[in-house]
Amino acid sequence: MAQFTLPKNSKVTKGKSVDAANGAVRKRNFKVYRWNPDDEDNPRLDEYTIDLDKCGPMVLDALIYIKDNVDAGLTFRRSCREGICGSCAMNIDGTNTLACTKDIDDCKGDVKITPLPHMPVVKDLVPDLTHVYAQYETIEPWMKTDSPAPDRERLQSSEDANLLNGDDGNGPAGCILCFCCSTSCPSYWWNGDRFMGPAILLQAYRWIADTRDEATGERLDNLEDPFRLYRCHTIMNCTNTCPKGLNPAKAIAEIKKLMVVRR
Amino acid sequence: MTDKAKRPLSPHLQVYKPQMTSVGSILHRATGYALAVGLVLFTWWLVAAATGPEAYDTFKTFCASGIGLIMLFGWTLAFFYHLANGLRHLIWDSGFLFKIEHASAAGWFVLLFTVVMTYLSWACLYGC
Repeated sequence: MAQFTLPKNSKVTKGKSVDAANGAVRKRNFKVYRWNPDDEDNPRLDEYTIDLDKCGPMVLDALIYIKDNVDAGLTFRRSCREGICGSCAMNIDGTNTLACTKDIDDCKGDVKITPLPHMPVVKDLVPDLTHVYAQYETIEPWMKTDSPAPDRERLQSSEDANLLNGDDGNGPAGCILCFCCSTSCPSYWWNGDRFMGPAILLQAYRWIADTRDEATGERLDNLEDPFRLYRCHTIMNCTNTCPKGLNPAKAIAEIKKLMVVRR
Repeated sequence: MTDKAKRPLSPHLQVYKPQMTSVGSILHRATGYALAVGLVLFTWWLVAAATGPEAYDTFKTFCASGIGLIMLFGWTLAFFYHLANGLRHLIWDSGFLFKIEHASAAGWFVLLFTVVMTYLSWACLYGC
């Protein structure tokens, strides 16, 4: 059920302010969501003022700067720092994106950073992804075949491969599972327990569209459900927010079309 | 490991920026509800017409009153928005208009259509 307000223990309070800019010329305020599982307090929004000349250009650089120089307790996930691992997905300046590819200069005013929306928080900017991973498992994201294995790889024409990679390189296979899209979707916020959400449906489509896979019917059966697939109301926040420029909304529409065609 | 039940829920509506995609969608739902309520007035109109001149006069007086006019104007807006956006949804369901620039442009067109058609309808009502 949709609950538009945050539960009592989740309401965000005002946190501390730390000015670490030392009177620098190019300074910026970062308002960062903090929650520590080891105390009983509600989440809070801490404010850090830092010198932009001392850190790199991206929001992730600022977070790393804060962790290294201002507050070593700040917790967030990061790995590749070049938009390929999907670890540093978070809500920055009101939309979901990867901190490593978001330019600080593209943010207006104070840079507000909160975890991926409507998720249980493990600590600070780290959301609990157990449920989305469990949903990912239900679509069986591996190649399923009945025909005997050939002597070598199962080959594909380049046209067939383009269904996965996209003519522009932005096909469903480009998904890095950062879950920016799923956690931007109001439908997923209200019905995430049963609705698969855009990220998982994009992945489901990646296997449905794969000409080497032989379980298309079974995959569609698994999705033909008022909640799993049809809670998508084409809001398109997913496509709007995807840091890789992919199109989950379009993939979901393709699945819906296949459902009609096979009747 | 922390107690999972203790974990707070991260902010959602509180932080997420309204945009053409989400606002357009929620307006579609809101105008749909408004039109459903409008059916009550529509039914009253039909029943009043079937009942007789006195009942019809009551209906007309209500519609010409300030509150009646405001409600009718609101329903005109809701009708044209829901109509145009419904067509946008039909195009989506056929698998088109998924490029974000195209979808947004169509969203602005729906808003423009709503304003222009509402204006024309009321201009006709009072003008011609």
